[in-house]
Amino acid sequence: MSVSIGGTKPATPAGGKAEHPPGKKRKSPTRVSPALYLFPLPAIAVTLVFLVMPTLQAFQYALTDWNGFSASFNYVGLDNFIRAFTGDSLFTNALANNLKFMLVVVIFQTALSLVLAMMLTRNSRGSVLLRALFFFPTILSSVSVAFIWKFIYDPNFGLANSTLDAVGLGALQSSYLGNDTQALYWVAVTQVWFHAGQMMVVYVAGLQGIPRELYEAAEIDGAGKWQQFKSITWPLVAPATAIVVAYTTIQSFKAFDLILGIAGNPPKASLDILSTRIYSSFANAEFGYAAAQSIIFMALIALVTWLQRRVLRLTQKQE
Amino acid sequence: MLTSLTRRGFLAVYAIIIIVPLTIVIFGSFKSTQELFDGPFSFPQSLAPDAYTEVLGGQNLGQSFMNSAIVTACSVPITLFLASLAGYAVARIRGFWSWAIFGFLVLGMAIPAQANMVPLYVLFQRIGLLDTLLGLVLANIVSTLPIAVFILGGFMRTLPRELYEASSIDGTGPWKTYSTIAMPLSAPSLAAAGIFLFVIHWNELLYPLLFIQSPENRTLPLALLSFQGEFQTDYPLLFAGVIMASLPVVVAYIFLQRYFVAGITAGASKG
Repeated sequence: MSVSIGGTKPATPAGGKAEHPPGKKRKSPTRVSPALYLFPLPAIAVTLVFLVMPTLQAFQYALTDWNGFSASFNYVGLDNFIRAFTGDSLFTNALANNLKFMLVVVIFQTALSLVLAMMLTRNSRGSVLLRALFFFPTILSSVSVAFIWKFIYDPNFGLANSTLDAVGLGALQSSYLGNDTQALYWVAVTQVWFHAGQMMVVYVAGLQGIPRELYEAAEIDGAGKWQQFKSITWPLVAPATAIVVAYTTIQSFKAFDLILGIAGNPPKASLDILSTRIYSSFANAEFGYAAAQSIIFMALIALVTWLQRRVLRLTQKQE
Repeated sequence: MLTSLTRRGFLAVYAIIIIVPLTIVIFGSFKSTQELFDGPFSFPQSLAPDAYTEVLGGQNLGQSFMNSAIVTACSVPITLFLASLAGYAVARIRGFWSWAIFGFLVLGMAIPAQANMVPLYVLFQRIGLLDTLLGLVLANIVSTLPIAVFILGGFMRTLPRELYEASSIDGTGPWKTYSTIAMPLSAPSLAAAGIFLFVIHWNELLYPLLFIQSPENRTLPLALLSFQGEFQTDYPLLFAGVIMASLPVVVAYIFLQRYFVAGITAGASKG
């Protein structure tokens, strides 16, 4: 099948077909019917009206002080952007929280999903079953996952503290979400529990593409496990790593639902991230300011994704 | 890679970390608050569905369930339809326009929903879609169309051109080729994309939170979120809500597992 796809040159008309008598319905197999150009129109129209236009409008709103309901508003230039970075500790706090959250989640989720995938690469019955189990949390709604973990973290009756107590480690008890310096990291744990299985599946696909002979050859050459990982697994699984890191990053910026479910709406400052902050500004009828924060948010995601690609490429080249 | 014993130990611990919270939610939804706090791991003393009666009756979660079902039942097929039309055209046109159309439609994957929520809210207000299920359907379609085009267009491009061409030599129009050849052949990819959309649309929280005002128009995630404030530590009630909200997705997962994995991984590879 794949051979035949590559073999045909789409643009050149097949010689035999060009000799159709004129006047008759001429239908070269390589010239597509003009009607085909109608097919994507509904999708293009919907995208244009409800995605492209609103996104462009966000740039316009960002330059105003509009409150969302009054008929008039003023253009205020870049005031909203200046306010976000210099005059609004709520925004800079959410920004810092979001970057911390992202960093922790990306590191731990990538590592955990890779370890799980390496343990479950083969398609034995046990591996398939465990993969299905580990993947499971991903399909739940964020609010559901948030409620489950709210109970685990409940300082008085929660699962975590009562388990610690039961095994004699009562000294390690914590108030989890109630502790402002730790709360964000406990939500990061929840986020990893939620999505590591999904990223594991991406890694399994990548690992299954590595020829086993490479490991056998390395073994013969006397390479240890760590050496094999460094010089075979990590470089060859790089495409999967790129996907996992990029996706995990976007997930951690969009952890909106999880934060609202676990911390309430609006969340307290120690659990406020950019998406929840933007929503709060919006709910506060600061439409212009919310739009400006959205644009910073979008630019930040693009910047972080770009930086990660560079960093990843460096680590993969070095070894 | 790792020694067998460490591997087994690690996997066993992780399996416990996944299973235990889920079991506690199921058991807990049949317990009283006191019973849950006294013994979270124990099997419930009675299977009286008190919490379920309360969330379905008192809290009207049944209505929210219906709303979620209506919204998802509309938004998933429409998204698939629009995306498959576009994907089919992209697969057949080739050349510059093919890339231009595909690129334009897929570009939206880079725009997070929070980036345009303010203008979208204003637009919905102007055209009267605020606080309607129709508005939610539309928002779901718009937000997932890019990824659906990405998955379906990507798949349809891999189908051999000869299949399309053979039928157009016969004089069959593009619509017929789309519906009798492209769609049936794309069934696995449609199933994977459909499952992916189902999970996203069913669990969607941001749009209902933005657009829905009346309690009778709430979808499940929004209704659950409203529990959060009202029933701080009434966990049996929260758990019954969690189970109601998760049931359709879990049932689908049990029966259609391989499509889930294919769909959600295809969705993940968009980065």
